[in-house]
Amino acid sequence: MIDAKNVYKTFYVPHEVQALVDVTNKIEAGEVVVVIGPSGSGKSTFLRCLNHLEEANSGQIFIDGVDILDPKTDINRVRAEVGMVFQSFNLFPHKSVLENVTLAQRVVRKRSKEEAAETAMALLRKVGIDDKANVYPDQLSGGQQQRVAIARALAMNPKIMLFDEPTSALDPEMVGEVLDVMKSLAKEGMTMVVVTHEMGFAREVADRVIFMDNGAIVEEGTPDHFFTNPTNDRTKLFLSQIL
Amino acid sequence: MNSNTNIKRKKDGYYFWVGVFFFILIGAGALLWYSALQIDYTWRWYMVPRYFVANVETEVKSEIEGDAVSVTQKGENTVILVKGPDGSEEYIVPGNDIRIGEGDIIYAGDTLGVYKKWQAGILLQGLWLTMKVSIIAIVFGIVIGMFAGLARVSANPALKWTSVTYIELIRGSPLLVQIFIWYFVLGTLINTLLTKNGLPDLPPLWYGVAALACFTGAYVAEMVRAGIQSIHRGQTEASRSLGMNYIQSMTYVILPQAMLRILPPLAGQFISLVKDSSLLGIIAIRELTKATREVVTTSLQPFELWFVCALLYLILTFSLSMFVQYLERRTLIQ
Repeated sequence: MIDAKNVYKTFYVPHEVQALVDVTNKIEAGEVVVVIGPSGSGKSTFLRCLNHLEEANSGQIFIDGVDILDPKTDINRVRAEVGMVFQSFNLFPHKSVLENVTLAQRVVRKRSKEEAAETAMALLRKVGIDDKANVYPDQLSGGQQQRVAIARALAMNPKIMLFDEPTSALDPEMVGEVLDVMKSLAKEGMTMVVVTHEMGFAREVADRVIFMDNGAIVEEGTPDHFFTNPTNDRTKLFLSQIL
Repeated sequence: MNSNTNIKRKKDGYYFWVGVFFFILIGAGALLWYSALQIDYTWRWYMVPRYFVANVETEVKSEIEGDAVSVTQKGENTVILVKGPDGSEEYIVPGNDIRIGEGDIIYAGDTLGVYKKWQAGILLQGLWLTMKVSIIAIVFGIVIGMFAGLARVSANPALKWTSVTYIELIRGSPLLVQIFIWYFVLGTLINTLLTKNGLPDLPPLWYGVAALACFTGAYVAEMVRAGIQSIHRGQTEASRSLGMNYIQSMTYVILPQAMLRILPPLAGQFISLVKDSSLLGIIAIRELTKATREVVTTSLQPFELWFVCALLYLILTFSLSMFVQYLERRTLIQ
């Protein structure tokens, strides 16, 4: 489903940083991959390269067989198949919850108003927030906003969901409700790439855990392998610091 | 919040300073009045209304030559039938102030009768023209500013540099000079081209509107740019990650938020535009200021009329700012 080969990414502003160094990874359909690592390790950059929010400098990235670094590729079409959930929710503040979820369906998928609303309501029910459909985002708690953001991404019927630290900006008591939605999504067989610091989620839900440091994949394996006998010294250090 | 916390205790001496404020206000008025007395200026406020609405004598003139065959009363009106060698014509004069008799010989251009009609005075006409020019210029200014602002943030160098050049040229030269250029340079060129192609000239009004709209457009463009850039990057990322293209993301997500944010500075710009339209008098557009100048020349009552003129501008700008405040509140509450 996702095939990244020898991906490099360097930022030059504000100063030169090698964010990704020769990252190669293959993620199968239905797989739930959790990416962990210290801040600045390139895990978010890796995620953002997967839907071309950042353009990799070199290497190849195939999404469902489409080379997204090929200039001839219509990136908007690929992005419609790849949902993304952000750390800071990024809901559209001038639109109601329902409109947030219907907008892209109508504009990108060209669905009718009724069809889009129907899909949206079904998804809002799924994330448990259908009673707030006509409320504006600033009247919601962080956890509720993030659940709307997940519904918004799901409304496009994506094949892949990318989560960029979805619970990092939440108050502790709201982390659970968002993780629950993600867990049920994983159970349904969604292909998911999740950048997170929630080790409990990684242990419970992930099929595979990737540890990144200094822009490179240092170690990867099943959660079991990862949390019980990691082999790399840097992984051990990181786990000892956060667990 | 507890409503009691909103009640602030008035500081000592508050009412004293309120008194000082009114003293200054009344003092300034009194000083003006006193100095006017010193130069023997006679205030004639009763002269002012006639420049708003006037009961004007209007003449009904014959267009043909012939004899007045009949003068008959028909209800409120008087009907005069003129019969001549080239046919006959019927004229209706409201009222009965008739200046000819039955059987008189009439020449073309003779006054048959006179009646009084209420007409908008020159000041009201000027006010109307100022409003018309301002509204048209505001609409075009928004359109120009929106496109120039979008071009300004575009990655395409042709669009971006064109926009930057336009904005810098306009902001770097006086509006008065721009009006002259529009009227005397571009106006001459355009009207000559139109004439050569057998088309009618554009009246000065449109060059005035063009000057104001282009001037305002440059400032609006900078506000649009600032507005777009003030919207958090996450909004673009969220919309693009859903598969929207650049234009869709701008149209549905970025611009609506940006426009709401720049509403207050936009209002300020449009208020400026209304006031700047007073410069258009120099290219023969009889807007409020030019109208006032003409009335001052005929009435010789400059004090009253210039105050009235300022007050009329104040009414226009104040209503405009009230309207924008209403818009802002409406969009905020939703």
